[in-house]
This record gives sequence, C-alpha cells and structure tokens, in this order.
Amino acid sequence: MKRVLLALFLISFALPSFAQTRIEVTEGVIEPLPIAIPAFVAETPNAAGLAEEIRTIVAADLVGSGLLREIPREAHISQISGFEAPIQFQDWRVINATALVTASVSLSTDNQMVVKFRLFDVASQQALGKGLQFVAPQGTWRRIAHKVADSIYTRLTGEGPYFDSRIVFISEEGPKNARKKRLAIMDYDGANIRYLTGADDIVIAPRFSPNAKEVIYTSYETGQPSIFVMDVDSGSKRQLTTLPDMLFSPRFAPDGRTVVLSQSRGGNTDLFRLDPFTGDSNQLTVSAAIDTAPSFSPDGSQIVFESDRSGGQQIYIMPSTGGEAERISFGDGRYGTPVWSPRGDKIAFTKILGGEFYIGVMDIDGTNERLLTRSFLDEGPTWSPNGRVLMFFRETAGANGAPNLYSVDITGLNLRKVSTPFFASDPAWSGVLQ
Amino acid sequence: MKYTIFAAAAMALLVAGCDTVPGGNSGLAPAGAGDPSNPDSVAYFQQTVGDRVLFQVDQSTLTTVAMATLDQQAAWLLQRPEINVLIEGHADEQGTREYNLALGSRRAAAVRDYLVSKGLTDGRVRTITYGKERPLEVCSTEDCWAKNRRAVTVVEGGVGS
Repeated sequence: MKRVLLALFLISFALPSFAQTRIEVTEGVIEPLPIAIPAFVAETPNAAGLAEEIRTIVAADLVGSGLLREIPREAHISQISGFEAPIQFQDWRVINATALVTASVSLSTDNQMVVKFRLFDVASQQALGKGLQFVAPQGTWRRIAHKVADSIYTRLTGEGPYFDSRIVFISEEGPKNARKKRLAIMDYDGANIRYLTGADDIVIAPRFSPNAKEVIYTSYETGQPSIFVMDVDSGSKRQLTTLPDMLFSPRFAPDGRTVVLSQSRGGNTDLFRLDPFTGDSNQLTVSAAIDTAPSFSPDGSQIVFESDRSGGQQIYIMPSTGGEAERISFGDGRYGTPVWSPRGDKIAFTKILGGEFYIGVMDIDGTNERLLTRSFLDEGPTWSPNGRVLMFFRETAGANGAPNLYSVDITGLNLRKVSTPFFASDPAWSGVLQ
Repeated sequence: MKYTIFAAAAMALLVAGCDTVPGGNSGLAPAGAGDPSNPDSVAYFQQTVGDRVLFQVDQSTLTTVAMATLDQQAAWLLQRPEINVLIEGHADEQGTREYNLALGSRRAAAVRDYLVSKGLTDGRVRTITYGKERPLEVCSTEDCWAKNRRAVTVVEGGVGS
C-alpha cells in the first residue's frame, strides 16, 4: 500500500485578501472568468518539464470546470521570471485577466517536489488567499496539480474542491451482444487508469467506500449476481455475503459500517441492510414491487431509492432503517437511479420519457425538477464531491451502439465527454482524496 | 390468468416457430447440441419445443403464446426427470441497468412458477437475471427489443448431446 503524504505549509508572508474577484455561481448562463496562468517557474533546472506538466493540468482542471476561461499564453505581455519577482499588474490588466496564477516548481535530487503558488486579483493587485506550498514525491505530481487547481477554483468560485478525486467505472469492449466488462478506476479527468478485474465475468455498478479505499460492486463470477468488496490498492477482494439470492445495487452508508443492497428472491426485489463485517442483514422494504438503486443521504439517516410499487418506476425516500417511504417524483415518465447530492439538497436521477433518456436533478421534496441532458440513452448520474458536476454514461443507438462517460454542470451547461481508452459505463465519483 | 390446457396446446401448434426463435442461442448458453431430429437432444428442445418466451415492454406477465411454449417445455421436461433447467431472464436496453436486473428476475420467476405449476419440482428449476447485459439482437428498434425481452430455458445437462 502506497500512502501519499501531502505536506502542506502556509507561506507566512502572504496577506489575507479582501478582493472581490469571485464568480457568482447561480443557475443560468455562466460567463467564464478570464484567468492568466503563465509558465510556472522552474526553480531547479531539472524541474522545467515538470513545471509545464503541472501547469497544463492546473489549466485543464480550471477550464474544464466551465467556470473559468484561460487567456492564451500568446496574448501575455509579461512573463513571471521568478516566484518572488514583482508582478506587472498593468500587463495583466490590459489583456483582461481578472485573476492571475503564479507558481514555482523545484525538484530535489531525492525526487521530492516543492510546488508553490499564489493567486492574485489583478484589478486590486492583491493576493486572493494565502500562498500555498506543497511538498510531495515527484510521482504524485498530478495529484498536486489537482490540489493547486482545487485551491484556485475554491477561492474563485466559493464552491468546494473536486479535481483531486477518482472515478470507478465499468470499461466495456467487444460487440454489443457479447460485451466484455472490466472494473476500472481512474482520476476524475481520465488519467492513471487501472483495471481492477479481468473480463471473464460481468461486473456492474461499482461504488466507492466513504474513504475511497474500497470499491463495492456486483459480479457474476459466482454464476449469479453477487456482491464483492475490493481493496483498490492491493486488488484483493472478498464476497460480501453468500446469501443464495440474486444480489445487486450495493452501496456503503456514509459511515462505511452498513451496506444497503437489492436482494431478488422469487422474482421480487427488495432492499436489505447488511453489516459488511458480520453479514447480518435485515429487510428494509417489503413490497411486492421492484425496490432498488438506493442512495444514502449525506448524514446517513435516509435512503432515496426507486420502486415500481405505484405501477411504474418512481423515486421514494425512506428512513435508512426502513419504514414508510414517501414518493417524491410525480412528473411524466419513469424515474430511476436516484443519487443524493453531497450537499444534501438535491437528488439526481435518470428519467425515461417518450423513448428518450434524461439526466435531471430535483429537490429532495421532488420540486424544482430540471432536466440537464437528453439522448437515446443517458443513465446513472454520479455527483462530484462538491455537488457541482454530474458524471453519467451515454449510450448510442444501434448495432454499433456503445457507452461513454460524460460530465455536465448542474446548470446543464458544459457537457463534456470524459476520455477513456475503451467504452465506459456506470461511473461513480469518489470524495476528494485525503 | 385464464386459459385451458386444450386452448394452450392448440395455440402452441399454431404459433410454434413464430413466437419462439428457432435454433437460436440465448447469447450465453452454447447452441443446442445433438441432432435436432432426436427428441432427446438439446437442439430439439431449443428448436422444436421452443426454449424461450417473450414479454411485453416492462412486463413480466406471461402471454398466452408464452404459456403455450411453456406447456411444451413442461411436457418435455416431465418426461425427462433427470434434467434440470436454468431460466435466464433478460430485458431490452430501454431501461436502467439495475431496474432491468430486477425485471429480468421477475421474468425468470414467472417462467419458473409456471413450470412448477405444471408439475416440475422446484429443485429442478433455477433462475438468473441478466437484465440488459446480454442482448440477443443488437439493433435499437422494436424488432430487436421484442426479441431481447425474453426468458430462456437453458437445459443444464443430462440429455443426449
């Protein structure tokens, strides 16, 4: 097990900021904030390449959020010659930079990396927050780049961070009627992909444990759908329970001490709550309907799930210990795959209406439904750690139809394909890594 | 659900080869082994008896056509008590993944319950759902979806192959 230690020091001389450069994130049109990210200063000669790689990732994160726009480097008038050199704010103002990032990278002979950065409000010529310094092994440079970008993003938007996070998903290859599926994990931006299972058995719908060190998923390797928990670093796995029923849709509770899953017996599918250590289980729903696709509220007290107890697929909320469920979806069509937002105030879902699939969000009382995407088949949203972005999969129609991952801002803007080596489905987003 | 044995049997004669998909394979089980003209072969079961039934959109209710096919399956299986079967429930792609697993489970159970009602002992019939994981047909039109909304009775061994 490799443990990444991120040493974080405040640079003492930076001033607290009262500047006003801040994006107001509201619904509707977003005017991306213009930001200048000049070359990062290489403080040791061997850090030049690394400095540029880190700068590229920081810029890609910020621009990819849809909330910022990078001023092309060709337009820059002055350069940042040294991390401590005076800044010619006028040069940045005339190219309409609202915010400016300066940074330096050094690399010691034992491959320890030091990354420093500052963020400035160009108009007021003041620092936005304190300068930060990261000391970490060179091999963690992508994570450090995401951490830098998260700091900048958080200061400029007031939103929580999300770039230093991972996605677990299903990588898919082969023809539509004989798909090969593998469990896979990658950084949120598609980098550092690793395959966690072979392609021999169908695997479905993975989810992270709360600390993102484990993944829980459904596999057919026993000959029927069963639940497995895998340690992400070691790849070791164990079957959660040997209950003789078909089991799927497992989810960890936010405290990691409980798993809720669907158990299908005699054609009836109900939700059960399972102790992942003892295997003890108790039944949460007792309807003759299909009850599946659970998702915990962030505080663990409630579960949102889908049921066809009213005749069609709809979304319900119940206490996480079971009990009376309240239906919250009432629009036209069918509603499935509800996912509670990390902020606690929204439910994301898949909606099926008129032969098309939508990804949407609603408040937890079912009001304020907004549809963000639409296609032949959009399914399975998952929330970014800050509740700002949804990732889902979009499958194209026809004999050569196949799924890919996409992300979209909760405003419905900034729809982006997430690049993966093969087809991909069933994404689940981790929290921000520790 | 109302039907008579007589009506169902007559229906089977009329629609065999229409509702079923002769000679196909479920997408999972190997294609039928043996000589299809030999009534003891898996190929005969698949092609002549009919190894699958189809469902309406988002439904698990057996149609009269489906029941006729299952009557033939039950008759064939009752004559061969050494044979066990696995019922695979499948769904088309027009549904979410986990819901479709549950729907496939329902469809498999509907077939299992029917076969048991015809006299098969419970222990001879296992069920599994594949949801939308293993479509038989790959186009994205109702023609294909109709064939993918299926429950396939897979002979698990013991027959002349």
